[in-house]
Amino acid sequence: MSNAWMQFGLYALVLTLLAWPLGRHMAQVFEGNVPVFMRWLRPLERGIYRLGGVSEDENMSWQRYALACLLFNFLGLLVVYALARLQAVLPLNPAAMVGTTPDLAFNTAISFATNTNWQAYGGETTMSYLTQMLGLGVQNFLSAAVGISVLIALLRGFILRESRGIGNFWVDAVRSTVYVLMPLSILLAVTLVGQGVVQTFAPYHETQLVQPVEISQPKLGADGQPMTDASGAPVTEQVTVTTQTIAVGPAASQVAIKQLGTNGGGFFNVNSAHPLENPTPLSNFLELLAILLIPAALCFTAGMMLKDGRQGRALFASMAVVFVALLAVCFTAEQAGNPLFAKMGLDVQASDVQAGGNMEGKETRFGIANSTLWATATTAASNGSVNAMHDSFTPLGGLVPMWLMQLGEVIFGGAGSGLYGMIVFALVAVFVAGLMIGRTPEYLGKKIEAFEMKMVAIAVLVPCITVLAGTAIAVVLDVGRAGVANPGAHGFSEILYAVSSAGNNNGSAFAGLSANTPFYNTLLGFAMLLSRYWLIVPVLAIAGSLAAKQRVPETAGTLPTHTPLFVVLLVGTVIIVGALSFLPALALGPIVEHLQMWAAR
Amino acid sequence: MFQELKTSVLPAVRLLLVLSVLTGVLYPLLVTGIAQGVFPSQREGSLIERDGRIVGSTLIGQPFSDPKYFWSRPSATGPMPDNAAASSGSNQGPLNPALAEAVQGRIDALREADPDNKAPIPVDLVTASGSGLDPHISPAAAQWQAGRVARARGLEAARVAQLVTEYTEGRQLGLLGEPRVNVLLLNLALDALK
Repeated sequence: MSNAWMQFGLYALVLTLLAWPLGRHMAQVFEGNVPVFMRWLRPLERGIYRLGGVSEDENMSWQRYALACLLFNFLGLLVVYALARLQAVLPLNPAAMVGTTPDLAFNTAISFATNTNWQAYGGETTMSYLTQMLGLGVQNFLSAAVGISVLIALLRGFILRESRGIGNFWVDAVRSTVYVLMPLSILLAVTLVGQGVVQTFAPYHETQLVQPVEISQPKLGADGQPMTDASGAPVTEQVTVTTQTIAVGPAASQVAIKQLGTNGGGFFNVNSAHPLENPTPLSNFLELLAILLIPAALCFTAGMMLKDGRQGRALFASMAVVFVALLAVCFTAEQAGNPLFAKMGLDVQASDVQAGGNMEGKETRFGIANSTLWATATTAASNGSVNAMHDSFTPLGGLVPMWLMQLGEVIFGGAGSGLYGMIVFALVAVFVAGLMIGRTPEYLGKKIEAFEMKMVAIAVLVPCITVLAGTAIAVVLDVGRAGVANPGAHGFSEILYAVSSAGNNNGSAFAGLSANTPFYNTLLGFAMLLSRYWLIVPVLAIAGSLAAKQRVPETAGTLPTHTPLFVVLLVGTVIIVGALSFLPALALGPIVEHLQMWAAR
Repeated sequence: MFQELKTSVLPAVRLLLVLSVLTGVLYPLLVTGIAQGVFPSQREGSLIERDGRIVGSTLIGQPFSDPKYFWSRPSATGPMPDNAAASSGSNQGPLNPALAEAVQGRIDALREADPDNKAPIPVDLVTASGSGLDPHISPAAAQWQAGRVARARGLEAARVAQLVTEYTEGRQLGLLGEPRVNVLLLNLALDALK
């Protein structure tokens, strides 16, 4: 128990110590002062502009910025769709994967372009090496770069005065990639290989089992179809399996950026629970750091660019408070475990020789502490990778990741998208405070008026509506209910979790849900599109409107937004919106399941 | 508006192309190259060679059901357990009757293989791992099985217990993760004893 809290403490400490310098680095990069030790990359940056035919000096209006951003995403989406459909005839496909169905390719392309990385497929059984690298891997970088760019544009809205432009999308995206995402990814990828993550283009390995295993499998007839006996029951046959096929691939390069870019799409089906994707406690620690590193650092970037570090620290503190509280809930619930196991006479006590608790769906090397820390971090950030199966968590343990997504992915959140989401909530907070004291609300030196608040309303409400309406559609339709794997309230949780994940661009799953169907691929595809772009466009509109304004001088009547009082107000706003919107739905899923579980004891 | 679109499409196409080459081709190749230089065995999957043939990976679990071997965590992969070509967890919820049934079945199998062992079974030994490929069990789960393995092999209990201790990895750097025992390596060491 105490070891768990030491691991949590170490994580928080190292994360903060790394986020600070990275935050400063990013502030310098986006202000155009590339730090000296990276200046040798300037020719690469300039070369990219030349090949792209763009001018580094153009200052874009918010409309043009948004257009460039949407076009860039749309084209990337087409590339992923084409690669997934055509992979059978393209190179780098040693496992002979066939082209995916149109609905899966549609879903996957949207999923990776929107930084959601929801996966309706299992990597090692569906995607060729080429699709993973050139489709999914590229979008891992670019969708993160887009998120960071939009945040930087929003920050410029507060910084600039009477400006028609909010920066240059191409420059912001390229700088994010060249000076931030690529160097960090190379460093992390190589370190992960050292721990045992695979990075190879070789075909899958065939190895001998030490003890051959007997299995029964459906007997196939001459026509290749499963045979049935006279009564229609399937006929099975005993088979002895003597070999093990080990899927490999260029995983490390993908895993590094999947974590750093808050993407979360696994190379293998079980994501970072897979021993070749996350082999050791150290690789787990590094991947965990990578999940929150950029979102946390951007808080400090914001403070530095605004020339008021206190603002960044207040945003960071607001996120950290919610994170720690929910981590404690998740960890306590999973360590308390499933009362059923205790009833069966199992040893579930945590000790120096076992993790105990609810070990269904968890890996021995991670135990309870690292599985719950991961579940909390991956859903606080819009990462969505997993190192344990959330579907098998206890009801309250599963409620935490679900609710963190429903809060709108603002507790650290996605690369860029988390902080611009949090700033949207900060605008709600100052607006509410303004109503209480009867003054025009201000934030970071800019007046917040009707236009901004309309955009804020869109950005706050669209994900909520998407999640609730999407869940409602799925539960009333037979095709929606057919995907459910677990009976009772848990089945409802599976659907709610899936739509919450897609509708907030997270991507993690209660993986029991059979989501690779035309219905779910389409529903969740549209949910991901709505929540990503109906946030990006209003946020850029806010940026444009704010940039055009004059700064208002700070007076005695200005609400300070760096104080503990404001942190409370901001956290309160996030929690109240999240609770009001989703408590009724949560009551039908994890909450009722929790009561059932402890009543059954 | 049309003019805006026209001046944005071409840069979007060209930049997507350039950045795809950079992040989708050069980056993975660079990582592969460095990995080949520094960690050649890890990058291929940490394979174990014995007498010229590959008998598995130190990172990938294998299924065992013979009493003379230590058993791995239960695996929910199909069609065979520990199928490293299609990783999967059980995804059973905590109240799913199928979970209770599966756990009870595993308890019964362990009890049947070692009827005299009345100690409570460590929970990780009867619950399916997240990946279905977990190479480890907890030290508690290894100790629970040590008596059975020793009897089935006609070895002294102390000898097997000593081997378990030898193959127990502590927390990494003394702090991270959980203590654990690599089942495949332990079983290979048992086979090599005589």
